Amino acid sequence: MAAEMEPPTLGDAGQTDFREIEDGEGFFVSTVTTIESPEPSSSDPPSMPAEGISTNGPKQEDISLDDDPEDLFAEATEEVSLDSPEREPILSDGPSPAITPVTPTAMLTPRMGLGTAEMFERALDEIEEDDSGDTFDMHIAVSDPEKVGDGMNAYMGYKVTTKTSMTIFSKNETTVRRRFSDFLGLHSKLASKYLHIGYIVPPAPEKSIVGMTKVKVGKEDLSSAEFVEKRRSALERYLMRTVKHPILLKDPDVMMFLESSELPRAVSTQALSGAGILRMVNKAADAVNKMTIKMNESDAWFEEKHQQFENLDLQLRKLHASVECLVCHRKELSVNTASFAKSAAMLGNSEDHTALSRALSQLAEVEEKIDQLHQDQAYADFYLFSELLGDYVRLITAVKGVFDHRMKTWSKWQDTQLLLQKKREAESKLQFANKPDKLQQAQDEIKELEGKVQQGEKDFELISKTIRKEVSRFEKERVKDFKVVIIQYLESLVQTQQQLIKYWEAFLPEAKAIA
Amino acid sequence: MMEEAREGSLSVSAQTIRVTEAVRDGDALTFIVISQKLSGSGEYHVARTHEDFQWLQQCLFSQEVVPGILGVIFPPLPAKPQLNAPTKVLKQLGFLAMGEDWRMYCMALETYLQQVAAHTTLSKNKCLENFLTSSEPPGRQRVRKGIFNRLSQAMEGMRKEGHKDVDDFFQTERDNNLTLTGCSKSATERFIDVVLTEQKLAVACGHFSTALHLCVEQEEDSAVLAFSKICVKLSEVIDSIKRNFESVAENNLSTLGLGLDLESRCQEAEKMDELKVAAEKEFDHVSGVAKQEIARFHSTRVELLRQALILWCEKQLETARDTSFRYSEHLQAFKGLGE
Repeated sequence: MAAEMEPPTLGDAGQTDFREIEDGEGFFVSTVTTIESPEPSSSDPPSMPAEGISTNGPKQEDISLDDDPEDLFAEATEEVSLDSPEREPILSDGPSPAITPVTPTAMLTPRMGLGTAEMFERALDEIEEDDSGDTFDMHIAVSDPEKVGDGMNAYMGYKVTTKTSMTIFSKNETTVRRRFSDFLGLHSKLASKYLHIGYIVPPAPEKSIVGMTKVKVGKEDLSSAEFVEKRRSALERYLMRTVKHPILLKDPDVMMFLESSELPRAVSTQALSGAGILRMVNKAADAVNKMTIKMNESDAWFEEKHQQFENLDLQLRKLHASVECLVCHRKELSVNTASFAKSAAMLGNSEDHTALSRALSQLAEVEEKIDQLHQDQAYADFYLFSELLGDYVRLITAVKGVFDHRMKTWSKWQDTQLLLQKKREAESKLQFANKPDKLQQAQDEIKELEGKVQQGEKDFELISKTIRKEVSRFEKERVKDFKVVIIQYLESLVQTQQQLIKYWEAFLPEAKAIA
Repeated sequence: MMEEAREGSLSVSAQTIRVTEAVRDGDALTFIVISQKLSGSGEYHVARTHEDFQWLQQCLFSQEVVPGILGVIFPPLPAKPQLNAPTKVLKQLGFLAMGEDWRMYCMALETYLQQVAAHTTLSKNKCLENFLTSSEPPGRQRVRKGIFNRLSQAMEGMRKEGHKDVDDFFQTERDNNLTLTGCSKSATERFIDVVLTEQKLAVACGHFSTALHLCVEQEEDSAVLAFSKICVKLSEVIDSIKRNFESVAENNLSTLGLGLDLESRCQEAEKMDELKVAAEKEFDHVSGVAKQEIARFHSTRVELLRQALILWCEKQLETARDTSFRYSEHLQAFKGLGE
């Protein structure tokens, strides 16, 4: 059975397609046919890797594809490979992430009603464009936070507006309402689908009990308004980061989040749901594994990068702390300036000498205006820098997570190899014990394990390759992100200064006019 | 060897008096006072301590009681500067304790000397001449009692009884003075807070800039290199911001800060004067002089504050323009980065 090696098989009718793909042409055609058969095939084994491959055949063919001089196709191959034959139920609350890696839903779901060939090409285009230019054209805005309900069951609803000219979306502009747990739900789904195969999934904004309680209780003060604004901005950045990722953009969960008017309540984000408990179990298992896995790193690149990210983590945290300090002082300056403005006004009022009095009152006004400027600048400092740095500290956690998954994948592969070895030893013993049944069984098991080992190695290579690409993408995005924010900040600085100059220029004649 | 304080005229030009620096001498500060001869033939360099200034002040107080001297508003002398003083003491000095190397304090002393030298009556005091010109430190001999004791007695009496002034003019002046003293003190303190915060911001910027330098990696990878470049450029921007804060704080200190401080102390001085006047028996004569003094006082005060405000505004404007230019440069540099 040629079927289940990764690249071409998108459906259960794998065999024929595979052979066609061997030709190197008709690649798209074959996959078109495959995909149009929308067998959910959830009854099938959940993922390909789990199945045994008996021959070496597919492997060879696979290699030939990989060696295809047209790099483009080879990459496309891998992209396609992620599109498993089976479609997860859209809400992907299905097979738990703990047991088997959940391969992501076909990114080309027919429900979009477009020719899948087009989509494939577009997928390839995306991959190309990812490196060369920016034809990504999409803008998401999160706005209009509105409190829904009362008391402790209240929540904040946000309006999510998507504007795009990309044709994978059914409309140019869509508006939906979402609540915070919806965003968390989206992230949870994406994480369960993509993290373990090496994709850096942007983390969602953090829950905040204190912040939300204030909002629920109805405290209408400056700090809760700030909290809501901070959250709104964070949600917007989260969505933009998610859709900037060419793979995640095409995920049906993402598209559903952005387009569908009703979204089933994401209960799996709550702590005590089935999925929640599973998550806790996973986390514990992960922690233990991390301590026990000692990986023989054969690839220096990973070693270096891992170290680099550790360093970056520390540096960003330091920067974040510095900026927070800056923000704090800035706010203090604003308070003090306002205070001074008031006392200058009082001084002006008590002053008999008219011209001096007027000048002092003007002084008070100037100071008040400067105070306003300081407040605006504090806003800029905060939302631009501090949040950016915070985002990146969290992103790096995701990056480190991906590196950890690679370690786990390696470990699994090694474990399977060990098991295979044991079975082989057992088999050779059985050769001499005259038990044909057991011998056959052992041989069958060995065949199965051999397949698993091969799959394990493949998985490891795949995740390594994916991570390399992802890291490269991450670093480019990082440069872009920072540059954009810094330019925005500088522009605000320049503006503030210009305004300040105007104020001083206006005040000078007043000062001179004191007779 | 000093002559008795008598009529005489100052041989130096009042406006040229400078207190150029403060030299640390163990636990004490010595101030260098430079003034230009009226004859234009050179200048006087003398070194004085705060004790010497106090001596001068006492000399002025203890002048022979000439008609009208009691109405004079004596220019206020800044309180004694203490090195290694506890924060509370320094806080009392307010603005004068700030600024590097006691620069603010020197400027306050300078203003004091200029005011004394410009005063029609006080400038004639021989002590001033000696103070400014004699290479030897003025004697620390005990000063004559003179009016000084009478003043303190009178003031004590006033404080205890809280006299109401016989003359409406003076009463109004006192009331105004009271309000203004309060207001200007409060304004000065608020302004100090502003300057201190600006200085804190400058320091915080410095830390941020340093933290950015820590992010620079010597990597071959182009994306990592690009990020390092960004960090370096950003730290330059933050340095500019830091310098801006430092300039702004400096400007605040040296112009308006000083002006406000002087204003406060002048108000205090006026208050003392009014107390004297109210207590004095030679009221009629004194009140004439006092009214003149008060008028003069006000016009000087207004002029001083005006100058301070103008200077402040001009300096801040200059700083703002300079900074704006630098920020624009940074912006251009950033936009062109890594194209």
